[in-house]
Amino acid sequence: MKRVVITGAGTINALGQTVAETYAAMKEGRCGIGPLEMTDVDRLAIKIGGQVKGFEAEGRFNRQQIALYDRFTQFALVAAREAIAQSGLEFSGELAAKSGVVLGTSGGGMQTLDENYRSVYEEGKNRVHPFVVPKLMNNAAASHISMEFNLKGPSFTVATACASSNHAMSQAFQLVRTGMAPVMISGGTESMLCFGGIKAWEGLRVMSKDACRPFSANRNGMVQGEGAGVFVFEDYDHAKARGAEILAEVIGFAMTSDASDIVMPSKQGAARAISGALADAKINAEEVGYINAHGTGTAANDKTECAAVADVFGPHADNLMISSTKSMHGHLIGGTGAVELLACIMALREGVIAPTISYDEPDPECALDVVPNEARDADVTVALSNAFAFGGLNAVLALRKI
Amino acid sequence: MSVKDKVIAIIADQAVLEPSDVSLENTLEDLGIDSLGLVESIFAIEEAFDISVPFNANEPSESDFDISSVSSIIAGIEKLIAEQA
Repeated sequence: MKRVVITGAGTINALGQTVAETYAAMKEGRCGIGPLEMTDVDRLAIKIGGQVKGFEAEGRFNRQQIALYDRFTQFALVAAREAIAQSGLEFSGELAAKSGVVLGTSGGGMQTLDENYRSVYEEGKNRVHPFVVPKLMNNAAASHISMEFNLKGPSFTVATACASSNHAMSQAFQLVRTGMAPVMISGGTESMLCFGGIKAWEGLRVMSKDACRPFSANRNGMVQGEGAGVFVFEDYDHAKARGAEILAEVIGFAMTSDASDIVMPSKQGAARAISGALADAKINAEEVGYINAHGTGTAANDKTECAAVADVFGPHADNLMISSTKSMHGHLIGGTGAVELLACIMALREGVIAPTISYDEPDPECALDVVPNEARDADVTVALSNAFAFGGLNAVLALRKI
Repeated sequence: MSVKDKVIAIIADQAVLEPSDVSLENTLEDLGIDSLGLVESIFAIEEAFDISVPFNANEPSESDFDISSVSSIIAGIEKLIAEQA
């Protein structure tokens, strides 16, 4: 088995258009959630989100690329460029032939779907742009990353709703750990902040109209975000041999299925994923200093997640820190685990724990150290990232300081 | 059909019961309606009466709309119809 390390990170999300900007925002506890700007926003009941503002495709992509790239693909490419530039890797020959890209996304090209449904149903047009299918397909972002960086190995997209990124990164980890690929580009991307995307979530009646307040007794639902996070997962020996800067080591993962309900979370399913990741990483529960929570800010998730953490960690649950950065960047659905992995890397590498902002009042059912409102300096050796999706599909990753 | 009968019909349909088997004192739990069944019932009620029901599944007890029993749901809907007419 190979050791697997992260040698590059990139992102774009409501907090920033680079990793550095995102870290700065997380350290300040800044909120990226605000009024949504989109067509027909007045017809929405939910009018807030973690929207990426001030993003210009022009200048980053040429005319032909813009015609082919849905916003979720644009986000993925922006993040991949940052991550791969940081890694210093160039893909050619044997390295290119074996390296690939696995991305998570839930909705794929939803902006394209929304615009074109509007065109044929609302405007009554009978002709659509020829690139609708290649723009909206869920694997478009992964494919365009493979093309831009000459990645010719195993490449695919994983869709497990809110756990898509963690499942994708788990696959990339497996591919590098088993020696099948020396390098995998992985993470997730989502751009569901369009009229249809918000309207669909409204229907479920789990969205907050004012803020995402994970673990706070007055929490009243989730807030959607958008963006991408992309990482370079590399064989440790390969990274060492070329003198690469290592951001963190990926030491374990686990995936479980609740097999119980399409929307309600299960404590047992979550707990099995967390304890499975510890077992896979061959570490003791006491070594975990920080957990980036799934922490959606819904009544159901937060209490179930805290109960699962309490079950797995026993008395140590009161010693570790657990925060939800969704309070700042919103819930990126299929891209969320990737952006949240940044909080784990920041904890391990910079010794700063991102806070759970908008935290107002303690909830006895979420009685853990949720790092309320202000970032905290702490020396952490091992961090976990939780993702528990609709459909009961769970994936947890374990990272270690290196 | 009165508001009451229409609401009972919607709830009975969700619970897979005859309307005559739904009593005003029943809670949704009594009728075997879970959280998804509840949001589906509210959607059906909104469509049937062309109203908007202010219900957030995260804080069912916080909203003005009381879902504690069939009779409280009917009362809430009658109020909303009057307000939103």
